[in-house]
Amino acid sequence: MSVLLEVEDLARIHGRGCDRCLEVTGPEHGTNRCRFCGSVVALRGASFALERGEVLGVIGESGSGKSTLVRLLCFDEPASSGRALFHEADRVVDLFALDAARRRAFRDTRLGVVYQNPMLGLALSISAGGNIAERLIAAERVRYAFLRERARALLERTGVPVARMDEPPARFSGGMQQRVQIAKALATEPPLLLLDEITTGLDLSVQARILDLVLELQEQLAVSMLVVTHDLGVVRHLASRTLVMRHGAIVEAGLTDQILEDPSHPYTQELVSAAL
Amino acid sequence: MRQRSADALLPLGHGFGYLDEDAKRELRRAIFKAVCVPGHQTPYGSRELPIARGFGTGGLQITLALIGPEDVLKVIDQGSDDSVNAANLRRLFLATCPGVRETRRTQEASLIQTRHRIPERPLRADQILILQVPYPDPLVVVEPNESKRRLMHGRADYAKLWVKLYEGMVTFSEITISHRYPTRIAGHYVIDPSPIPRFDVPKLHRADCLYLFGAGREKRIYAVPPHTTAEPLTFEDVPFRVEDFTDPATGRRRACSRCGSTTSFLDEFFDETGARLFQCSDTAFCDEELAGRGAAA
Repeated sequence: MSVLLEVEDLARIHGRGCDRCLEVTGPEHGTNRCRFCGSVVALRGASFALERGEVLGVIGESGSGKSTLVRLLCFDEPASSGRALFHEADRVVDLFALDAARRRAFRDTRLGVVYQNPMLGLALSISAGGNIAERLIAAERVRYAFLRERARALLERTGVPVARMDEPPARFSGGMQQRVQIAKALATEPPLLLLDEITTGLDLSVQARILDLVLELQEQLAVSMLVVTHDLGVVRHLASRTLVMRHGAIVEAGLTDQILEDPSHPYTQELVSAAL
Repeated sequence: MRQRSADALLPLGHGFGYLDEDAKRELRRAIFKAVCVPGHQTPYGSRELPIARGFGTGGLQITLALIGPEDVLKVIDQGSDDSVNAANLRRLFLATCPGVRETRRTQEASLIQTRHRIPERPLRADQILILQVPYPDPLVVVEPNESKRRLMHGRADYAKLWVKLYEGMVTFSEITISHRYPTRIAGHYVIDPSPIPRFDVPKLHRADCLYLFGAGREKRIYAVPPHTTAEPLTFEDVPFRVEDFTDPATGRRRACSRCGSTTSFLDEFFDETGARLFQCSDTAFCDEELAGRGAAA
């Protein structure tokens, strides 16, 4: 296996920030908020590597910085400091050094993002096929027949009835909207998927089917995934390795089984015992 | 300066071309910029005028900024020189621009202000066509947020417009935009070419003349300079089509019931007896065809 994504010392501070922000926040201080300047350290010192074809879980409570991590990596939010290196076959891309146009191109072709709320990832009033088409259409000339064919194949693969591809997702159930979102994320065959709480808010049987879908896609396409969730069951099901986050920092990292069976950090112990 | 402009005051109490010289200078700067960045919507300060915004003030201001006493002017509304909007604007020009001669003949005019049509006869390099624009931004139908639209234009990010075409294809098996057809200028910016029919869009492509677009209410000017590419957005496998005037009964193209032209854009209407009629929308073209035919016969 080779490394796909390398994240080094990534941080995100909301507010003006001061010299002592990082000293007085974090898990050992039990807060995200700097008592000197009032800034909120949403993410600090995040370093990890994601292998090609690997599924990496990120767990933690609300406000622990896991969604911030995803938003920084897909350029929804700017990083305050740190680096993220994306390894391609012939070069290494320094993500935060890209200009706006290259960021967009990168996001369009290398990243697939699936949000908890389908409203963020889909235009609910445009047909399911249209949503997928939007991602396929680069600035250049496009063939209608190709868009149709590709949208049909993707919806089929993600388990959306093809007969409904011309209906807007506003008419779909939550689980089906999530499937359309996954189909859209996969449209350009990106090597990396960022999944942010994709099963939250769905009922248990639908959750299980979405997780099965993700696992199946991972096996078929060997796509790398960063799976953010607060649900230990999701990481147990999907992720081979897991990061545990609290107060903006990664407090523990390791094999998922090991973390769930034999947690070393007190917070992880609390988390696991609370779940069991 | 003050002395000169006071001397030049017309009976109505303003200088040549109604606008003050500073306003014209700003407009000319915006026009230069628009020509330099083909298709880019250049903002400008739209002035108060004796007609209401939405009645062609954008085109009016461009014309007033460019016109001189030696110019020959033609004003068209929906192809006709005598429609109410054209008649009103023409009266304003003639009252405020002494020396300017009006014409109905397209080939005589140096400046042509128009609403919703481009004349049938191709324009020459020494002619300027000024279009009145109600909605300058083609992205307004897919993105309500203006600052996002500006970013999208800057990045030439028009995927959402294609999605709109896609949705039309899905529902009706054809591209359903009849007018204001999004058109890509010089390979980057997509413009709203104002409510001209699809029939007129190909006339923008590599033309000899300069096309200027003015939106008074939305305060934007943009241009398609001579010899610039203008490509209607479409899919590779769904060719752009103009209006089809084929009569399903005969399978032949309908002709103008007045001049007999089979190449012009036709308006459809009903006469007193309720019969369907087709006539050239460009009345000046129709008159000339008719006169030409009369002379030949």
